Amino acid sequence: MRFALAWSSLRRHGTRTLLATLGVAVAAAMLLDMVMMSTGLRESFRELLLSRGFQLRLAPRGTLPFDTDATIENTTGIIAKLRANPAIVTVSPVLGGTIHVPVRGKVVTSAALGVNPLVQGDYELLSGKDPKGRDDIVANDDFLRATGARVGDTIEVSAGYDPQLRTYAGSRKMVVTGRARFLYGAAAQLATAMQLSTLQEMGGPDRRDDSSLFMMKVRADAQVESARAWIERAIPEVSAISTSSALAQVDQRLSYFRQLALILGTVSLFVGFLLVTTLMTVSVNERISEITVMRALGVSRMHVVQQIVLEGIVITIGGATAGLGLGLVTARYLNGILSSFPGLPVAIDFFLFQPKAAWVSLGLLSLSGIAAGVYPSYRAASLPIATTLRQEAIA
Amino acid sequence: MTDPQGSDQVNVVEARDLARDYDFGADRVHALRGVSFDIPEGDYVAIVGPSGCGKSTLLNLLGAIDQPTRGSVRIHGESVAGMSDRNATNFRLRNIGFVFQRFYLMPTLSARENVELPMAEAGLGKSQRADRARELLRYVGLAHRERHRPSELSGGEQQRVAIARALANKPAILLADEPTGELDAKTGSEIIALFGRLNTDGTTIIVVTHDEDLASAARRKIHMRDGLVVDP
Repeated sequence: MRFALAWSSLRRHGTRTLLATLGVAVAAAMLLDMVMMSTGLRESFRELLLSRGFQLRLAPRGTLPFDTDATIENTTGIIAKLRANPAIVTVSPVLGGTIHVPVRGKVVTSAALGVNPLVQGDYELLSGKDPKGRDDIVANDDFLRATGARVGDTIEVSAGYDPQLRTYAGSRKMVVTGRARFLYGAAAQLATAMQLSTLQEMGGPDRRDDSSLFMMKVRADAQVESARAWIERAIPEVSAISTSSALAQVDQRLSYFRQLALILGTVSLFVGFLLVTTLMTVSVNERISEITVMRALGVSRMHVVQQIVLEGIVITIGGATAGLGLGLVTARYLNGILSSFPGLPVAIDFFLFQPKAAWVSLGLLSLSGIAAGVYPSYRAASLPIATTLRQEAIA
Repeated sequence: MTDPQGSDQVNVVEARDLARDYDFGADRVHALRGVSFDIPEGDYVAIVGPSGCGKSTLLNLLGAIDQPTRGSVRIHGESVAGMSDRNATNFRLRNIGFVFQRFYLMPTLSARENVELPMAEAGLGKSQRADRARELLRYVGLAHRERHRPSELSGGEQQRVAIARALANKPAILLADEPTGELDAKTGSEIIALFGRLNTDGTTIIVVTHDEDLASAARRKIHMRDGLVVDP
């Protein structure tokens, strides 16, 4: 009977109920987006760093996370040193650079990575084969679109451009063996990968044994931090960073994002709370005589409160459910805008849906909806019956 | 529990030295100044008197929706004065039937649902209360209107639904405050006839009214003036 009364009361002012539900939906969507944003970037970054199982990264001192201009010399020697540590099971050297491809009188410039295809962690092959030969190259769709090349085509590739002499340190014909998605590539960035030795050779004599970065996997039973400390002692010219410390740095740098999300999320929650409280207060004030008569007929104060709180719950849950969908759509749209930020890996998501966080935020909103109904209903149910009926009759 | 004449008739209402004061800022208004009377079971009493004489205040005290400043009220032997809110609410639910001048039906519920409301509160099962609500609506002549909402009923029909609602939990007394006050003469006389039938069937009725016809239909009148019973 209480639910029937609550439902019929909500239907009595259908437009107002609908508008309030939409208002709660907007607040819920904003709250959900803020919760998604507060954790999304960090979680997305963590997933990205761990996606290929590398727990340690090594770069020239002071250049982390990645700088194609700064290189580490003596790659062969460093790999040998790293392999001497039994805790390190995989070493993947990477050299970053730029290549140039002449296309119909123009030159297409692209990022290039020199990798060991057997252990690389920079790209995901979509079709074709890894660049196992010295003249093989894989490229992303943006590169293939810009050059008009397809898998199987041969292209002229140059590297090591000297702007003063306007010459390249190395050029060669290469076969596009595969299509790839580059994990750390920015949106619309042209990217390719080839054998490390190929890019080193094309970079000229100065780059014969250079690398920009090493990525490492540590044995399952070994301590990542111990391995990291050992590397920094054994190879003083490099900085080593573990995924957990990289995440700690990201956390630190993103703290303002989280604070912003927290503040906006709290505001959304508060707006939702105020909205339902306002509606409940107006609704209760309109029904003072009904409520008083119910009390006169013997309906308990608690049951009056329950019935009105039920109305608040229906609005809040209805709004929160609609807000869930609205929040996901908004997050997707905003993510599309933010992900195209220059230089940011396209795989990074600003808004990441995490069911637990979503339920927590929607639960909070529902709780606020319950709380919003309690005060006005309790106040109405506590009015002196005889006096209120007399005043209502006079009014 | 016998009347003052010492007969075996059981008193449903025993009011002793009932007083009710209201404070309006610095002023104190004595709405009731010490009223005593008994009403035996099955009686039909009209409380009459000029406006402001304390009729409605008295009805509120008898119905346990207000507390006296002084004195006592016993309904079916149970003292109503000084009851906690929870006990008074439960007492009203099971012992008092209220009929108001303005009907006060729940506008979003059908006639039958309105009648079911006190029964639902009393914990009666769905089918039981639906059956009893139909029976009561049939009694007041509205069996064919059970699905209609108050806005689809005439004033007289609404008041009959309100009477059915008041009878839902088989109360010890039916209290009515100006039950014909909002109705035209013809509809008012229908309600008066319904009250007469109810009383004949055993319901104890106390009405507060200015309506001479309604007051004349009662078995007994209690005249009030300035917060006092002038001819009990």
